[in-house]
Amino acid sequence: MSLNIIVLAKQVPDTRNVGKDAMKEDGTVNRAALPAIFNPEDLNALEQALKLKDMYPGTKVTLLTMGPARAAEIIREGLYRGADDGVVLSDRAFAGSDTLATSYALSAAVKKIGNYDLIIGGRQAIDGDTAQVGPQIAEKLGLPQVTYAEDIIKAENGKVTVKRRIEAGIETVEAPYPLVVTVNGSADECRPRNAKAVMKYKRAAVPSEVAADEAKKAFVEARPYLQIGEWNTETVGADLAQCGLSGSPTKVKSIQNVVFTAKEARTVENTDAALEDLIVELIANHTIG
Amino acid sequence: MANFYTDNPALKLYLTHPMMEKIVALKERDFAEADKYDYAPQNYEDAIDNYDRVLEIVGDICGNIVAENAEDVDHNGPKVENSRVIYAEGTQKNLEATRKAGLMGMAMPRRLGGLNFPITPYIMAADIVSRADAGFENLWGLQDCAETIYEFANEDQKSRYIPRVCAGETMSMDLTEPDAGSDLQSVMLKATQKEDGSWVLNGVKRFITNGDADIHLVLARSEEGSHDGRGLSMFIYDKRNGGVNVRRIENKMGIKGSPTCELTYKDAPAELVGSRRLGLIKYVMALMNGARLGIAAQSVGISEIAYREALEYARDRKQFGKPIIEFSAVSEMISVMKAKLDASRALLYACARFVDMYKIYDDIAKERVLTLDEKKEAKYYSKLADAFTPLAKGMTSEYANQNAYDCIQIHGGSGFMKDYACERVYRDARITSIYEGTTQLQVVAAIRHVTTGTYLSKIKEMEAEHVAPEDESVKSILVSMTQQYADAVQKVLEVKDSNYQDFMARRLVEMAGHIIMGYLLLEDVQRDGSFRKSLHVYVNYGQAEVAKHAGFISNFRPEEVEDYIVK
Repeated sequence: MSLNIIVLAKQVPDTRNVGKDAMKEDGTVNRAALPAIFNPEDLNALEQALKLKDMYPGTKVTLLTMGPARAAEIIREGLYRGADDGVVLSDRAFAGSDTLATSYALSAAVKKIGNYDLIIGGRQAIDGDTAQVGPQIAEKLGLPQVTYAEDIIKAENGKVTVKRRIEAGIETVEAPYPLVVTVNGSADECRPRNAKAVMKYKRAAVPSEVAADEAKKAFVEARPYLQIGEWNTETVGADLAQCGLSGSPTKVKSIQNVVFTAKEARTVENTDAALEDLIVELIANHTIG
Repeated sequence: MANFYTDNPALKLYLTHPMMEKIVALKERDFAEADKYDYAPQNYEDAIDNYDRVLEIVGDICGNIVAENAEDVDHNGPKVENSRVIYAEGTQKNLEATRKAGLMGMAMPRRLGGLNFPITPYIMAADIVSRADAGFENLWGLQDCAETIYEFANEDQKSRYIPRVCAGETMSMDLTEPDAGSDLQSVMLKATQKEDGSWVLNGVKRFITNGDADIHLVLARSEEGSHDGRGLSMFIYDKRNGGVNVRRIENKMGIKGSPTCELTYKDAPAELVGSRRLGLIKYVMALMNGARLGIAAQSVGISEIAYREALEYARDRKQFGKPIIEFSAVSEMISVMKAKLDASRALLYACARFVDMYKIYDDIAKERVLTLDEKKEAKYYSKLADAFTPLAKGMTSEYANQNAYDCIQIHGGSGFMKDYACERVYRDARITSIYEGTTQLQVVAAIRHVTTGTYLSKIKEMEAEHVAPEDESVKSILVSMTQQYADAVQKVLEVKDSNYQDFMARRLVEMAGHIIMGYLLLEDVQRDGSFRKSLHVYVNYGQAEVAKHAGFISNFRPEEVEDYIVK
């Protein structure tokens, strides 16, 4: 038995190292100032897909990302780790998409890829932290969904068994596929890049990346495995009104700088008794413990 | 996200050494496989880019997984249950990561599942792994044994075993026995040929690193009634067949994550490798040379971590109102550590390049007849590899120990506690100058290159190289050190007394080592000025050491050897 898996991945600015110029005047993220990385929980999602590929030989893992042509780097990262194929969904018309427009565009691309058993994505992206895109795609495709997944244990007889992280612990659920799974950061970390795959796929590219260089273009054109799909609104038959800014009901009204400051400082006497009181207090207000 | 490759510019410098162009072209047979394998390089730049990218994976895994697990692995170690080794949890994770990353069988040809890397980038990976966890380097580095199968086994054996190693199965080399350590001629493990021609092994091996490996290379006595090295043959034992059990594992001082096993063989089925009787005299010698280069890489990795730990601590630790690195006694120690580290690495990669050249020619010679020029070149590099391997193993392992010692010293009282990595590094370093031949045995292997002039002629070649005007003064020091060395060699050889010559051997080998390492650093400085400080510090150090040995030899009366005989 083999599966067809689509992994949703996003190239995000590395918000873990934010500098002063991280935001633009208009309140949107200044992507140019931050290094672009593979969204961490999407890597967790990719690992789940690759693990299923190990379990069910013949399984095909296709990465799907939306972004500018340079988001092809995300596809290459996936290929280096064991994915089979990838598509970059790229069109100026997608600019300014909120979660609704994003899930619309991605679900159109998922339909175009077709013949899928599982759609796996990270719980949320570190730039927006909404956790909405995965569930919205499930709704748009009319599929069941399992969120906060920590381990996709098996996929057999048309059913997937998933361990999910919930507030008070973990639960194991079963769901029919096709379905959408969003994966939590507490799941297994993604495996490292594979040496042979890196050497094989380092020249993989979307057409627009190699258009200006005849030699590179010819090299890629002669080797189908190096060709990363580059789709636009037309390829996926998207309704322009539902794409980008026009398809996004979310409007940024204003943006505020929030500076965290300590409200009060307290001096604790350097005695065992005073320290013990402090520990008791911190446990009582759930700061520690 | 630490990366132990990208944070260490020295590695890139050696990856792009001018000799690499020739090594790569030969290794890739002028890129004959470019269109045959999708991961084969198209040209030299492409190959270097491949090595660079793969080393980045090694650096990533080592920085973020192997180094993170090192303390736990050291603490928990492996155990034996039902005669089988169970690795520490961290070791299992390390192995899993390196397997998934496809970092086993790096130097094996593509047709057998390998990456077809030259020895030089493979040794770089070993250097990086060892910095993260020297004990794990042992397990990972045993993929070297595949090289011996590749060189000496038949085609059928190669095709059955090497792809398994490339897929991540581990190896061991079962040589040592309770009464056969440095003296492998005394190996007793019995190999018996049955009527159907197959072989079984019976007996005991001791101190076997990773003794519960999937695939073993075993040295055994195949010729009944023989007593020396000529009665020994090499065998492959496959764990899938059963017959070898782990009786116990040693409780060691360092490299604790690497299980050191006592093995019992009970009618263990085995396959003969190559020809009978050549086990020790040919195959083990080749195996040991590869392993010695591996230990040199392990030593350099240890020197690297010792230096980094010392530097970090000295910058952090404040005493008398300032970081201790600002005290000259401390900063001098750290400068010398860095110089020894850089000199060790220069020697390691010079040696790796020589090994690459002759091994690739050996391999090509199996495919076609070498031209006269190629034969000459192969011979030249084979001799240099033979001379540089014991020198590199001896010098780098002694420096690893010295650096680990100084690293503790810089940590002061804290270094004596179990709180810092330095105490593990210190314990891990200790074995490097012992196994795969003690430093004393490296001297035995190296001394003939002192007496026959291999070192001196290489030194003279390096002396003829042009250097930048600002480096002329350092070069003149190296020239005068060479004169002292040549005089000392002459004095020792004039006295026709082998006891006296043995007595002086280590001094002479070390003198050659200091000069060679000085010249190698000088050569590196011509490409990258950032090593100039290390060059100066090392040459100052080496100059004093050479003068010390020269003085000792010159003042010493040969008959004084008697005073050193203890009975």
